[in-house]
Amino acid sequence: MSRKVSQHIAFITFRLLGSLVVGILFWILGFIIYKGISVISWDFLTTAPTDGMMSGGIFPAIVGTLCLVIGSIIFAFPLGVMSAIYTNEYAGNGWIVKFIRVMTNNLSGIPSIVFGLFGMALFVNTLGFGDSILAASLTLGLLILPLVIRTTEEALKAIPNSFRTGSLALGASKLQTIRKVVLPMAFPNIITGLILSLGRVSGETAPILFTVAAYFLPKLPNSIFDQVMALPYHLYVVATSGTDVGASRPIAYGTALVLIAIVLLINLLATFLRRYFGKKVKTN
Amino acid sequence: MIEAKNIDFYYGDFHALKNISMAMEANTVTAFIGPSGCGKSTFLRLFNRMNDLIDGTRLTGECLVDGQNIYSKSIHVDELRKKIGMVFQKANPFPKSIFENVAYGLRVNNMGDKSFIRQRVEESLAAAALWDEVKDKLKKSAFELSGGQQQRLCIARALAVSPSILLMDEPASALDPISTSKIEELIHSLKKDYTIVIVTHNMQQAARVSDKTGFFMLGDLIEFSDTKKMFLSPEKEQTQNYITGRFG
Ligand SMILES: Nc1ncnc2c1ncn2[C@@H]1O[C@H](COP(=O)(O)OP(=O)(O)O)[C@@H](O)[C@H]1O
Ligand SMILES: [Mg+2]
Repeated sequence: MSRKVSQHIAFITFRLLGSLVVGILFWILGFIIYKGISVISWDFLTTAPTDGMMSGGIFPAIVGTLCLVIGSIIFAFPLGVMSAIYTNEYAGNGWIVKFIRVMTNNLSGIPSIVFGLFGMALFVNTLGFGDSILAASLTLGLLILPLVIRTTEEALKAIPNSFRTGSLALGASKLQTIRKVVLPMAFPNIITGLILSLGRVSGETAPILFTVAAYFLPKLPNSIFDQVMALPYHLYVVATSGTDVGASRPIAYGTALVLIAIVLLINLLATFLRRYFGKKVKTN
Repeated sequence: MIEAKNIDFYYGDFHALKNISMAMEANTVTAFIGPSGCGKSTFLRLFNRMNDLIDGTRLTGECLVDGQNIYSKSIHVDELRKKIGMVFQKANPFPKSIFENVAYGLRVNNMGDKSFIRQRVEESLAAAALWDEVKDKLKKSAFELSGGQQQRLCIARALAVSPSILLMDEPASALDPISTSKIEELIHSLKKDYTIVIVTHNMQQAARVSDKTGFFMLGDLIEFSDTKKMFLSPEKEQTQNYITGRFG
């Protein structure tokens, strides 16, 4: 077989596999939309469930999930970015940094249900936050911390050293160099970490199971010490334990559709931010 | 006035500079030549303490700038680097506007208000022979400039914080002949205000721009003398061989 032919075959194979992946993705999306679109209405998005969750909307779950996303990001993002700055810009390459890296990687391999248990033990019980937005945000924050650290580290590593030395050679301190040169350049890629962790947080069920999620709570939270409903858990509940599982199926698909839409929307927003700051970095 | 006394420098176990002493007068241009890897850059980086950024290095001997040991504990490194500017082999402007690139050093060092910064940016760009080419596009990204312009921008950036010494590590090695000659002219014009130390692997360049030349080989300073003398009648045979192109 000539090189040209084999190259052609390889090319076609890759193309097929590529379209297969995209195809599966669209299939799932199409399936959820097809099954769920019928229940989507303004009322569905803005009212609480009624009739043992057989009808009504999912508003409290939407609000709950948004609270958890925001809460966990507030906690994990500054901490993750700062520790990545520490390991990448300050700590050199000694054993401490290597140890931190290994531990971070291990942390990201722990099943999320374990985080749930840990969060319950530490935040709910020991620290006494109870089942609350706070406890779940901290738990979810821990869950995504490795992801934030890793993507931030990658973003910082991608900045060539010549920019750092250029800044230092002008008499800038290390902190000024990081703040004024390195971080602005790395920012678009750091946002990628944010995007990934947002998606992760909004979809996780296990960590919120023991730390916040209410089975049925048709009202909005007043403080971070309140319980909330959340979309993934609500989906689970509606799909498995309603009074009539078959009849509540459409509500389950509707909930799934809303969950996916929220994740997509957040991603879109973050992608836009990333573009915007990427441009700003180049021309500012 | 810069003075190095009995400098030995190590990267880990590697002995990169061997017992080097030399003095550089104010308002002169000193060139370092020698084959690749002989320690020219390492020696140059001693004077603004950029070698401090590399792990596992060790230095013995004294580096004096205006009579003061720049490695003594009382020296503030950021202040030192403000006083001793550096231009790198590859132009490294920040991903900011032309104006902000030059203003950067002034801003981080809290030097002056808005109008002072404006004035200083213009002066520095003019001193780097770049003002006429960029005065209408100061807000444009530095990346839109050509390679030679970027290097002159980096020179302007270094000049903005009013250093007294300018260290240049092969500043023209990545540039075309026309940009190179512009940089060389620039070095001539800067000499009256600055003490300049330039590393180059281009002997013609050393001959053209410098007053004194130091020839390095494998971490040793083989010969250090007036540039004219060095190129017309070198004392050492190794220098003679290198200059006539028999090795290196
Ligand atoms: N960061 C470093 N770590 C270890 N060795 C280095 C480092 N930088 C330079 N060296 C070594 O020191 C010697 C001198 O290098 P350098 O000063 O860059 O030479 P030159 O500028 O004359 O080409 C070379 O052998 C080089 O391999
Ligand atoms: Mg060099």
